[in-house]
Amino acid sequence: MGAAAEALKDFKGFSMKNLPREEPLSPGHRACQGCAEILSLRLALKAIGKNVIVASATGCMEIVTTPYPQTAWRVPWIHVAFENAAAVISGVEAAYKAMTRKGKMEKKDVVFVAYGGDGGTADIGLQALSGALERGHNFVYLCLDNEAYMNTGIQRSSATPYGAMTTTSPPGKKSIGQATWKKNVPAIAAAHDIPYVATASPAYPIDLMNKAKKASLVPGPAYVHIFCACPTGWRHDSSIAIEVARMAVATNVFPLYEVIDGQWKLSRKNPKPKPVKEYLKLQRRFRHLTDAEIAKIQQRVNKEWKTLLARCGELEELEKFGEIEQNL
Amino acid sequence: MEDAVRSGKPVLLQGNEAMVEGALAAGCRFFAGYPITPATEISEAMSVKLPAVGGTFIQMEDEIASLGAVIGASLAGAKAMTATSGPGFSLMQENIGFACVAEVPCVIVNVMRGGPSTGLPTRPSQGDVMQARWGTHGEHPVIVLSVSTTWECFDVTVKAFNLSEKYRTPVIILSDEVVAHTREKVQLPHPQEIEVIDRIKPNMPPEWYIPYEDNARGVPPMGVFGDGYRYHVTGLIHDVRGFPTERPDEIQAFLNRLHRKIYQNYFDIVFIEEEFTEDAELLVISYGSVARSAKRAVREARKRGVKAGMVKLITLWPFPRQFLEPYLRKVRAVLVPEMNFGQVAREVKRINQGMTRVEKLNRIDGQLITPSEILTRLLKM
Repeated sequence: MGAAAEALKDFKGFSMKNLPREEPLSPGHRACQGCAEILSLRLALKAIGKNVIVASATGCMEIVTTPYPQTAWRVPWIHVAFENAAAVISGVEAAYKAMTRKGKMEKKDVVFVAYGGDGGTADIGLQALSGALERGHNFVYLCLDNEAYMNTGIQRSSATPYGAMTTTSPPGKKSIGQATWKKNVPAIAAAHDIPYVATASPAYPIDLMNKAKKASLVPGPAYVHIFCACPTGWRHDSSIAIEVARMAVATNVFPLYEVIDGQWKLSRKNPKPKPVKEYLKLQRRFRHLTDAEIAKIQQRVNKEWKTLLARCGELEELEKFGEIEQNL
Repeated sequence: MEDAVRSGKPVLLQGNEAMVEGALAAGCRFFAGYPITPATEISEAMSVKLPAVGGTFIQMEDEIASLGAVIGASLAGAKAMTATSGPGFSLMQENIGFACVAEVPCVIVNVMRGGPSTGLPTRPSQGDVMQARWGTHGEHPVIVLSVSTTWECFDVTVKAFNLSEKYRTPVIILSDEVVAHTREKVQLPHPQEIEVIDRIKPNMPPEWYIPYEDNARGVPPMGVFGDGYRYHVTGLIHDVRGFPTERPDEIQAFLNRLHRKIYQNYFDIVFIEEEFTEDAELLVISYGSVARSAKRAVREARKRGVKAGMVKLITLWPFPRQFLEPYLRKVRAVLVPEMNFGQVAREVKRINQGMTRVEKLNRIDGQLITPSEILTRLLKM
């Protein structure tokens, strides 16, 4: 049994009956209506608990939770630059370890959390993240992925999906919108051979909370990639954010899985996947896509799903999916 | 909007948009950027307009990469630019030094916001004047221009490209949040009326080409990657052939030339604007958005019988010493209003050498200095 599996063997998981009451991230912040990012962050911290120190990269969550002179944080929280949340939390963790070792500070099993958006994680913060994962600090990194730079007004990032409209990937005669495929950051994190990597979605809140908690329980670095629907940036109604997030899972656009001690494990099987068109048509950022482009996206999603099934050792699922793939 | 430059009609433009028009008019065909308030509109407009003229827009993963891509594009022969604000400008510093030493023409726009660090993303500031001069390490020459109106955003961007091509050097444009987001009516000139300068390319046979050989201008002709002229590009101090050297005589000669190419062309690089300066007894020296308040204040002061005049600095570095010294000799006092603790005022004091009295008027609270603040101060002086 690996170190992570060992640490998790007594973890029973949350259910609707035993949800923690504490709210390290309090209500009264200034997030947009229907923001799934703040919801995900709230759920993750609820699961991790209040014995926590949080480092925040620059981004939406930093802005909306701390408008002067108020703060929505009930736990120690530090806002750092755009690129170095993982580096700063490394310092906090290392200092805490040294201080407790020397007996200058009481050991309280503090959880160290760093979070950033997709830009602060997949683009400018990737170097700091990779460094922290490699050094093996005992911390949790939450990537709150809303698939573009929403804080500066919807510019593309490397986590923006193919075909999406943003202000710096405008669709038109010569452009399809975002021209590259989404960067697979969870796989990059997993390639560091860290004890725990997971993807989560606010459409499955208990699953999200379980994963956040597991990330905090394992010794060493843990990475959780959370898919955060953004009504403002994705151009959909603010009442359907959760529906969009659920559809992303149902269409295999954003599959949920865990990598524990290097073992890939599917969190949700998807025997009857929906066509990606149903996910795309909910959002106006994709409305310029032609059927040919949608078919291309479907193909890519199928390919990635099959790769994932193979990695997770779901050979039976893989075979079944091969039979229905053509119908999508 | 699409044909703003060509139509010849007055158009309503934001400072950031005017910069894009200026860059395109100057022949900019490559832009690499990264989103940052308040410079994002430059990236956004470039992402639409550059592909339409056959250019390339790339959004990079951070500002270090942005300037890296710009340097690469320029070496490949394109006129290239990037735009950012305070935190991004800090990240670019290492590459600015590289562009200085490798003599790569490029234009870097810094739309100044309140600092340090994340600072005041949506508020203006002029806190980066000294960083623009000395931000990258080591003794290096640099050209820094500033803008105060939408028209200047256009005009100065064209000038910036011309200077950078002419002298093979990075040129920094300092804008600020107010200039960047103010919408004004401007009439852009016909493309044929715009003076566009391109870098000098080598015309000797490729085997005769010595890439960093000194000449009267101090600016060697620049080969483009792939056109047969071999040359070595490095951030190390190099000899005339571009290869790293540690010979004192070569190091000295190289750094002398690097500085000489800027300072011997001082009068071609330095731009200022004067108003009511002939008989001025009080002089306001200002730049950027504060220059607009200063202009109004000086006009009001004149109406009240105070002999005030103003000099607006467009070129900040090299510092317009030779233009300012004659005024310092004859005026009773000088006022330098700026949105920092006195970065240009300190420079004015340095060149003043006791000739006249230099006063500062500073605001660092994220608010613009108003005309009435300057006027009140002028009336007291």
